[in-house]
Amino acid sequence: MSATTLAQWSNMAVYAAMFILIMALVAFAVSFAARGRRAGVTATSPQPVSVGAAGPMAKDNPEAPASAAVIDESGRRAGNIGMSLTWLATGVLLVGVVLRGIWAERVPWGNMYEFSLTMSLGILAVFLIVSLQRDVRWLGLPVVGITLLSLGLAVTVLYTEAAQLVPALKSWWLVIHVSAAVICAGAFTVSTMITLLYLWRDRAERRDVVRGMVAKLPDAQRLDTLAYRIIAFAFPLWTFAVISGAIWAENAWGRYWGWDPKETWAFITWVVYAGYLHARATAGWRGRRAAYISILGYVSLMINYFGVNLFVNSLHSYSGM
Amino acid sequence: MTQTMTGEKAAPLPPMGTGGFLRWAWRQLTSMRVALILLFLLAIASIPGSVLPQNGTDPVRVDDWIENNPTWGPLLERFGFFDVYAAPWFAAVYLLLFVSLIGCVLPRSLTHLRALRSVPPAAPRRLDRLAGFQSMTDSRSPDEVLEAASEGLRGRRWRVARGDGWVAAEKGYLRETGNLLFHVALVALLISVAYGALFGWRGNVIVRQGTGFSDTLTQYDAWGGGRLVNPDNLPPFAFTLDEFLVEFERDSSQRGAPRLFEANVTVYPSPGAESEAQTIRVNEPLVVDGAKVFLVGHGYSPVLIVRDALGRVVNDQGVVFLPQDGNFTSTGVVKAPDARPALGIQGLFLPTAAVDEIRGPHSTFPAPDDPAVFLSAWTGDLGLDSGVPQSIYRLDTANMTQLGLESLRQGQTWDLPEGIGSVEFAGIERWASFQIAHDPGKEPALISAMLALGGLMLSLFVRRRRVWVRVSPSETGDTVVHVAGLMRSDDADLQPDVTELVDILTEGRPVSR
Ligand code: HEM
Repeated sequence: MSATTLAQWSNMAVYAAMFILIMALVAFAVSFAARGRRAGVTATSPQPVSVGAAGPMAKDNPEAPASAAVIDESGRRAGNIGMSLTWLATGVLLVGVVLRGIWAERVPWGNMYEFSLTMSLGILAVFLIVSLQRDVRWLGLPVVGITLLSLGLAVTVLYTEAAQLVPALKSWWLVIHVSAAVICAGAFTVSTMITLLYLWRDRAERRDVVRGMVAKLPDAQRLDTLAYRIIAFAFPLWTFAVISGAIWAENAWGRYWGWDPKETWAFITWVVYAGYLHARATAGWRGRRAAYISILGYVSLMINYFGVNLFVNSLHSYSGM
Repeated sequence: MTQTMTGEKAAPLPPMGTGGFLRWAWRQLTSMRVALILLFLLAIASIPGSVLPQNGTDPVRVDDWIENNPTWGPLLERFGFFDVYAAPWFAAVYLLLFVSLIGCVLPRSLTHLRALRSVPPAAPRRLDRLAGFQSMTDSRSPDEVLEAASEGLRGRRWRVARGDGWVAAEKGYLRETGNLLFHVALVALLISVAYGALFGWRGNVIVRQGTGFSDTLTQYDAWGGGRLVNPDNLPPFAFTLDEFLVEFERDSSQRGAPRLFEANVTVYPSPGAESEAQTIRVNEPLVVDGAKVFLVGHGYSPVLIVRDALGRVVNDQGVVFLPQDGNFTSTGVVKAPDARPALGIQGLFLPTAAVDEIRGPHSTFPAPDDPAVFLSAWTGDLGLDSGVPQSIYRLDTANMTQLGLESLRQGQTWDLPEGIGSVEFAGIERWASFQIAHDPGKEPALISAMLALGGLMLSLFVRRRRVWVRVSPSETGDTVVHVAGLMRSDDADLQPDVTELVDILTEGRPVSR
């Protein structure tokens, strides 16, 4: 297969993945909006009956359904279709990313187009891994939505022909550092989506108007905990990404920390998420205020990604644009 | 620990008297709330340094910025906004944060040490309201059941206490240990960075192909060191730049992007020592005598042979020209104060020459495919004796008169007007620039960072939890066994632990329930 054919195949895989994701988006939207029987509205969370959780322990199992009657069938089926399509799209996108790497004869993250592809893959991967452990069909809509946004930006605004890496990027530390950062970006994206849903649900609960679509979400407490767990996973990984970046910088530029804008924003992101973890342990800050802090953390992550790559004069400006 | 931290009430008014006030201030400073606020201040204080140009990385842009903003520029400069990360207010934020951290971590460490030596508290009277509660019957006697439970739990590394009719067990002390390790390691990281800043140094030097460098202060183009470095005692190594290789992308959208550059050098680790051949690449620095030599840039040095009116050669070497753009349009000067008359030459070197109306002479590709120099010759007072230090890359033409302009291809000679001399473009050499750095804090910093990461993972992934067993005899002669647990971190699921306990109890049981 010639090199250009590989590139075309890669692009086609990316477009195919986007197409499948659009269908998944529709399925999740249908699932979310489906108006079915809703009994006992307050405790509605469309959880499956997990076999083996019955018996005396059931009431302590946070995953157990409140009552089988609350699960509405049509919504559930659409949600399942959405999940299957998301798996498929992730596989196709993975193929696209791998082909791109084979074509360029290097890891596929040399410019912003490729970063956006891998970050989308990261978002989907984190979402799917979470979905293996619990029912997160309610999360499909925002997660697939933001992935499509990221892919859409990639293929329209950020698209760059693949090229080799400039010498400063040729290092194993690049592979380690960037893959950690990409997984973190995926995880922080997913946790932010959950946090936004949490704020929505929490508002409804406090006003005692848990009706309509917001009733399809797990209760606020559970959303908060799930977002926390994902951040608790991503934060050490982010710490590692920053450390490995420093090791690489020491090797490439002779200093491990130079307050380059990219490094500065990585630091700010780290400090804000550390603030989030502290807030959760501080009276008067847990809950909503902590949630706002984690959203700030995500904003600084995005500033680092888009703002610094595109607008700031930085050693890290490898956007390829 | 979390409980004591979260139990804080809104701050009361400060009490009267100095002692009382100090104690109040200390309690405030070491509270979680203040730690949170200081973390935010640190994040916010970091922002201006990423938006405004900084002296440490780009002093030229700082000057431009101040010039273009006559009102704000000087004001911001006064308050350290062009040196944010060395500014007193930035230091104040992180030092306060670290004082707060130490004040927080010390008492917590003591509490934790005490907790490590104590036994878990007694089981609650009733377990049936607690998480994971299960009830079962056992044909063994109450004592046998308790014995089996505490044996099994100990075997699975629980810390166990036994009392009258109950067993209590606790696990996950590593969570708090990890948390403390994390915070202490952050302090160690800060100290390592400070140590590196005080005892470290770095310098930059341009070396032409075929020439050498030895590590003394006078050889550097720029050098900066920490307060406690003695610049007369730099490690005495030397090297020569034998060959410099570079390749550029020729096709694709990134035409002109560098694809390879490497410097082949001969290194003399110390005076009199055996020399060795080495290659320095980007990402592959040379390590010699505690210092690291990084390849950071490169460029061209056209060989300009300059003769004066008497026909004497006043320059026959490659002249370092500094690249001005990605295609290596480069500028440089030759100063010949000893020529008769004194000569100065400003030049533009173009590896692949092109001229157009808008941009004038410029280069269209970084490799020397079609090289040319554009020269401007001057005579008069070079200003070298005025005592004011001058850049070797700039000609001060205030007291000079221009002799003329000329462009040359390789091998061509320009005879200056009125027989004042000549300039020959004899060849092209390359130069490489190196950054040489010594940072004794970087290994301790790396170790501290790894310890912090390890502590952080323990602190976030280890779960602190308790389980209990209570037994009572039933009417039928069997033993009624109650088990339950408590999760001390709010995020996790207790079920596996209670299940583990139930397994322990069912394993050795003669008759099923
Ligand atoms: C350089 C400043 C600091 C940073 C970067 C930092 C970072 C962190 C991080 C990432 C955690 C999460 C680990 C976990 O949840 O177990 C944490 C927890 C904690 N930090 Fe800090 N910290 C700093 C300063 C402080 C200070 C000044 C205090 C005391 C007032 C403090 C007290 C605590 C406590 C009590 C926890 C445990 C919270 C819990 O149980 O979840 N930290 N810190």
